[in-house]
Amino acid sequence: MNRFTWPLIIFVALVGLLAVGLNLNPREVPSPLIGKPAPDFKVAQLKNPEATFSPQEMRGKVWLLNVWASWCVSCREEHPVIVEYARKGLLPPVVGLDYKDKREDGLAWLSRFGDPYLLSAFDADGRVGIDYGVYGVPETYLIDKAGVIRFKQIGPITPEVMEKKILPLVKELDK
Amino acid sequence: MKKKLKKFLRGGAAALAALMLAHAALAKEAAPLAEDPAVEQRMVKITEELRCLVCQNESLAGSQADLAKDLREEVRGLIKAGKSDDEVREFLVSRYGDFVLYRPQVKPVTYLLWGGPFLLLIAGIVALVRYLRRRNRQLTETPLSEEERQRAEALLKDNRP
Repeated sequence: MNRFTWPLIIFVALVGLLAVGLNLNPREVPSPLIGKPAPDFKVAQLKNPEATFSPQEMRGKVWLLNVWASWCVSCREEHPVIVEYARKGLLPPVVGLDYKDKREDGLAWLSRFGDPYLLSAFDADGRVGIDYGVYGVPETYLIDKAGVIRFKQIGPITPEVMEKKILPLVKELDK
Repeated sequence: MKKKLKKFLRGGAAALAALMLAHAALAKEAAPLAEDPAVEQRMVKITEELRCLVCQNESLAGSQADLAKDLREEVRGLIKAGKSDDEVREFLVSRYGDFVLYRPQVKPVTYLLWGGPFLLLIAGIVALVRYLRRRNRQLTETPLSEEERQRAEALLKDNRP
């Protein structure tokens, strides 16, 4: 032990702390909704304005709620991943939530980039988004058979997130 | 010459008045009065202490992000519905998490956050006291010999003006 031992230990600890801190993504704020029942809502569907959608209709199923919008840039990055996995039949039912959008823009977006959704609910004023704590589209919620939110992805779903997080959890919840 | 100057000045004053009027009109347009100042005041007071999740370093009161506007509207609605300040905060925390609070609540997960600085302060004081005591021990007093005392005297005398 010489006089530099302690300063060195403190320095290394500080560097370690900062390295961990800098590698965290400040945009990923843990949702307080994980493990809680998915908030209920009832809004019109995007494609069929007369029909409504409510999460209660999905009781007994494991499903994904994917929040998207035609104005959202990262959604374009994410969308092909969802389309691809849905086409292969690997995904549980995916319900879209078109968030703070114009109906015609949302419809045009779906016809241009493909529609992997069971249906899309239309959240014109963002009220549903507020209840779900949405602050950056795209966001995706995995909801179990009892209607409890089990996982939330903030930002685009990448193939890696799909393979490592969503699909294994779906398999487990589907048992 | 004098007449011309007067005319010029009068013209200038009129132009200035017109400009000020226009400015006043614009200013009015830029800051619409809230329908209910009391609600607005409470809304601002609450949202000043809340973080906008889109821009993170701005408060919900000051942010121009779309979501912040929506949430301010939501808070206005809650206040009008007769909710207390705590209920409004709880509404947002239950949706967006503790992260929205600029002033974290004191609870088991935040004990370290609140107490950490004091722990560091205590650790610093302990280290300082220990260091000073050790140094004190090393500085043993050695009286000057007669020769050294005379040399010191001579040196001090030299420096005296």
